[in-house]
Amino acid sequence: MTGIAERPGTHQVEISDLNFGYGERPVLKGINLTVPKGGLVAIMGLSGCGKTTLLRLMGGQLQARQGSVRVAGQELNGMTEGQLYAMRRQVGMLFQFGALFTDLSVFDNVAFQMREHTSLSESMIRDLVLMKLNAVGLRGVQGLMPSELSGGMARRVALARATALDPSLILYDEPFTGLDPISLGVIGRLIRELNDALGATSVLVTHDVQESMKIVDYIYFVSDGVIIAQGTPEEIRTSHLPFVHQFVWGEADGPLPFHYPGLPLPRDFGLSAAGG
Amino acid sequence: MMGSLVRGLQNIGDSALRIIERIGAVVLFLGQILGHSAPSFRRFSLVIREMYYAGVQSLIIILVSGLFVGMVLGLQGFETLQSYGSSESVGVLVALSLMRELGPVVSALLFASRAGSAMTAEIGLMKATEQLSAMEMMAVNPLARVVAPRFWGGVFSLPLLAVLFGAMGIIGGFLVTVVMLGVDSGAFWSQMQAAVDFRHDVVNGMIKSLVFGVAVSAIATFEGFEAPPTAEGVSGATTRTVVSSSLAILALDLLLTAFMMKGWN
Repeated sequence: MTGIAERPGTHQVEISDLNFGYGERPVLKGINLTVPKGGLVAIMGLSGCGKTTLLRLMGGQLQARQGSVRVAGQELNGMTEGQLYAMRRQVGMLFQFGALFTDLSVFDNVAFQMREHTSLSESMIRDLVLMKLNAVGLRGVQGLMPSELSGGMARRVALARATALDPSLILYDEPFTGLDPISLGVIGRLIRELNDALGATSVLVTHDVQESMKIVDYIYFVSDGVIIAQGTPEEIRTSHLPFVHQFVWGEADGPLPFHYPGLPLPRDFGLSAAGG
Repeated sequence: MMGSLVRGLQNIGDSALRIIERIGAVVLFLGQILGHSAPSFRRFSLVIREMYYAGVQSLIIILVSGLFVGMVLGLQGFETLQSYGSSESVGVLVALSLMRELGPVVSALLFASRAGSAMTAEIGLMKATEQLSAMEMMAVNPLARVVAPRFWGGVFSLPLLAVLFGAMGIIGGFLVTVVMLGVDSGAFWSQMQAAVDFRHDVVNGMIKSLVFGVAVSAIATFEGFEAPPTAEGVSGATTRTVVSSSLAILALDLLLTAFMMKGWN
């Protein structure tokens, strides 16, 4: 299975023959994927199919059992804690519900990394934070606490925070979950615009088909720990693979049955016993 | 019969092993905190902030409790000493009880329930809402940025709170015995001054509360950091902090008192 770009050295993320599991349970089985520099790639699949685990492996929060995970040409497996932290300075991550620090204001959340990792003056930090907040349209909420923001606003602030140090790789974990249609469109547009404006590479884990198809360059479909399909949004939309078709068009029945496996209906209702 | 006896013994053994394992895990965690403490001292404002939350915000409960405990000690002491005709010594009884035992122990127990539980709940919720993961992904170690400042904030706060608890207790004892029951004020203070030894009573009391501060803060941060990231997980961890801290305080108090008494002889 191959990815989008084929030229060596042009990939921001390269994963080959990756196996991972929690305890005895295998979650990812023989994953191969690549994300080219400057690309915006979506990883899709059902809840629990292993896509968030894949994202955490790219961020070095989990270590592969077998295979290789390379980010910007560096192998993550076997890195020391110090090397991992150094690598993460190049990575921004947007968590599912934002994960803003609840004891810090919006301004301090965005300024957090600048204060931790740079020796910039407070006036410089102020200018940078306001620029980042302006980019997501929320310069006006700089003094608010995260608890005072709506879900969509919190996600945008988290986006400003994830891009605070202009990362070369941005990871998005379910960025569209629980958003109203307007916020959904805004977040989708921002993801694309920030990726292009920063010259970054983005990986988007989602099960929101319609929204992500509008913005991504390439899609990997994960099911039961393996990549079952990949292609451009158009290729995925016209795919004849039964599972992908069911997923993209949101059909209730298909390869993934509507009914969870259980006892036969007559037996569950006691009809067969009454009859016999 | 024999089978259930064996099973019972196995269960006891299992529980004992689990407790020992847990103690070991807390000690290892304490080692990790110490290893990640340098940033807390480079940016001491982080520790000061936590001292405000753990220490200053515990002042009301500590001061009021200290006053009441001192008052009760004064009343009980006066009642008993009066029957021996030495009610003037009540100041000594109040001061020694507070400096040696009640000050460090009761303030630590109150600290565990007020500040320790809050520490666990806060860190546990930060974990449940992925704030700790977010911090890790921003190349900031949560042990250094979140855990160590809270730990040191607790360690520095508790001895100060214990001293204030003792001072309020003595004022409480004074109010009840001298102002209300008519014990001679001069005798109350002079006997106390003569009997209380700075090194053996005041300093030893501070050492005790310092040790309790380390134990409570280590347990509270450990439970929060290791809490399962769910509502039940965090509530269970908060309860465990109060229970384990209280037992640790009482067990350590016995140990420290035994060593310190050896020093007195």
